[in-house]
Amino acid sequence: MTDATMPTGTPRKASSSELVAASLKRRRRKQTRLQWIGLGAISIAFGMLFILVASLVSSGWTAFTQTHITLSVYVDPEEVPLKRLPRGGFDDVLAVSVAKMLPGTDMSVRATAKSVEGILSKGAQFKLRDMVVADPGLIGQSVTLKVPVSDPFDQLNKGLIDRDTPDEFRRVKNTEIAWFDTLKDQGAISKPFNWALFTNADSRFPELAGLKGALVGSFWALLTCFLIAFPLGIGAAIYLEEFAPRNRFSDLIEVNINNLAAVPSVVFGLLALAVFIGWFGLPRSAPFVGGLTLALMTMPTIIIATRAALKAVPPSIREAALGLGASKQQVVFQHVLPLAMPGVLTGTIIGLAQALGETAPLLLIGMNAFITSAANSPFDSATALPTQIFIWADSPERGFVSRTSAAILVLLGFLVMMNAVAIYLRQKFERKW
Amino acid sequence: MNDMRKIERDVKMTDTKITARGVNVHYGDTHAIKDVDVDIADKTVTAFIGPSGCGKSTFLRCLNRMNDTIDICRVQGDIRLDGQDIYDKRVDPVQLRAKVGMVFQKPNPFPKSIYDNIAYGPRIHGLARSKADLDVIVEKSLRRGAIWDEVKDRLDQPGTGLSGGQQQRLCIARAIATEPEVLLMDEPCSALDPIATAQVEELIDELRRDYSVVVVTHSMQQAARVSQNTAFFHLGHLVEFNVTDQIFTNPQDSRTESYITGRIG
Ligand SMILES: Nc1ncnc2c1ncn2[C@@H]1O[C@H](COP(=O)(O)OP(=O)(O)OP(=O)(O)O)[C@@H](O)[C@H]1O
Ligand SMILES: [Mg+2]
Repeated sequence: MTDATMPTGTPRKASSSELVAASLKRRRRKQTRLQWIGLGAISIAFGMLFILVASLVSSGWTAFTQTHITLSVYVDPEEVPLKRLPRGGFDDVLAVSVAKMLPGTDMSVRATAKSVEGILSKGAQFKLRDMVVADPGLIGQSVTLKVPVSDPFDQLNKGLIDRDTPDEFRRVKNTEIAWFDTLKDQGAISKPFNWALFTNADSRFPELAGLKGALVGSFWALLTCFLIAFPLGIGAAIYLEEFAPRNRFSDLIEVNINNLAAVPSVVFGLLALAVFIGWFGLPRSAPFVGGLTLALMTMPTIIIATRAALKAVPPSIREAALGLGASKQQVVFQHVLPLAMPGVLTGTIIGLAQALGETAPLLLIGMNAFITSAANSPFDSATALPTQIFIWADSPERGFVSRTSAAILVLLGFLVMMNAVAIYLRQKFERKW
Repeated sequence: MNDMRKIERDVKMTDTKITARGVNVHYGDTHAIKDVDVDIADKTVTAFIGPSGCGKSTFLRCLNRMNDTIDICRVQGDIRLDGQDIYDKRVDPVQLRAKVGMVFQKPNPFPKSIYDNIAYGPRIHGLARSKADLDVIVEKSLRRGAIWDEVKDRLDQPGTGLSGGQQQRLCIARAIATEPEVLLMDEPCSALDPIATAQVEELIDELRRDYSVVVVTHSMQQAARVSQNTAFFHLGHLVEFNVTDQIFTNPQDSRTESYITGRIG
């Protein structure tokens, strides 16, 4: 079309479609380059994630099973007299029944007796004790019992102890390995799923240590955090976004909330230590205090997410409601907030997921104590998942290495679950307008 | 039909529903409405015409104080509804908006069911005593909005799932469900096909029996068809305000003439 109107004689310029074609090539190249860069970035991110999870799984998966030994125990009335219950020589009774399965062991030699007893977990005797206390009629009878073996033998059974290492550098000696193989040949050794990891609280013995205390502690702390941060955060966000006049003062508040979200968590821990425990005299190590601290940190996240969600509700919806004679409060609570809810919930869950993994403030308020029973209320002493990981990572026993990884996997599992819930909620309640 | 209208108009012209004097509106530094005086008669249709950006919507929004919701917007002057200053401190804008309903330029149904869209206003104002009452109001409003036949079988489906034109009629039905005294309509037919437009125009004509209606429109024909009075806005000024026949057959101002003959705008 331009060609037709061009006066003849002027030097012919490239037609616009040729120019477009040339620029198109350039633009395509740019786009391809951008796509490759993006793909590269994503693969690196995924690679890192894969390495992380793979290393955790490879060191942690052994903790999800636990080596047990099945024993036929004669509850000797000499060792366990009825009148001394709940005390008694339960450990000796167990050791004798192990020795019975090992021909040629002389239990009158102290060292041998000690070694045989060492095959069993220190917790095994308590299992027997609880059984006998519950039913004293067992005294003088034989019972079949399945108890965990001690950590070195658990490691041995899982192939984590190299049999080629010279005897003097090995935690389990050659005789002990021979005993263990004998027991295994008799079919007494089994390796079931390690339920104790979830049903036991912490213990000094790795083969008995579980996450129950930490899970319960984290639950109480998160519940407290949610009950405080969710209503306060939403309330503050609604006020700031919908009702507060825009002036210097509200700008100041806004800046401070954003700053608050960026404050290092350890500072919140120090604050909690000084205020909640120091001034208010709340108990140390209590999940309630942990929850309060986490609420302080989660609130800015919730406020920011809620404000963004409120802002994203199209103004036409507000106008429609206002135009019908709805009051400001009706507009907010009947129209804007319901539409903003998916965003609010997503922000809240992400904030709670962050809180679940938060370690430093909980360490400062003493939630890294050694506690062997699960908390019954948010005011009892407890640990939390991340602090439990911290404790175990700090423990010298070999058995805690795999438990640490396993605990991290459990924590990651919860985080993935929470994020999945956030995505589900977002998709379920997402509405078009 | 035209004759009938003329007679009716002569009878009704006496009552004034809204009087506006010396109205100025600023958006920050933009002076959007400049010294506008206008009288909107009761039980009549008043059309606002003018080129895009001349301030029709802005002025319309002054009449139910919707401009209050825009932070940078300042309204000065005197606007009275039935003699009561609507910008008086004692006047609650919420109550005012229940009396002065509005249909917006872009359809904006709530993302709720069709039924709830209509029932929302009557519910918050307590217009229905029972569910049966509400059902009656919903059906009546949808019928008057000329959309009943299309939606009567799917009242529980979202209003946002309707077509653009259906959404606009739903918004009209929603506005009249609260029984306002004045109905402000900002280009109610811009998204409608000729059949729906005719239906809405019929509705406007019918509403005139009970209400005062103000319609912003870009269609000269529509202004001529439905309105009794017409106001021509240009660059924030009210250039000419007169009975519709006068504006279209014998405009006093040269700008009005240029506009209606298609030379500006
Ligand atoms: N929210 C706002 N903020 C700032 N300026 C605005 C705002 N709304 C309108 N204006 C300005 O006010 C003037 C009048 O706008 P208005 O929307 O009233 O025009 P209109 O006559 O309704 O136009 P149209 O026919 O295109 O709808 C325009 O110059 C516009 O830029
Ligand atoms: Mg407009």
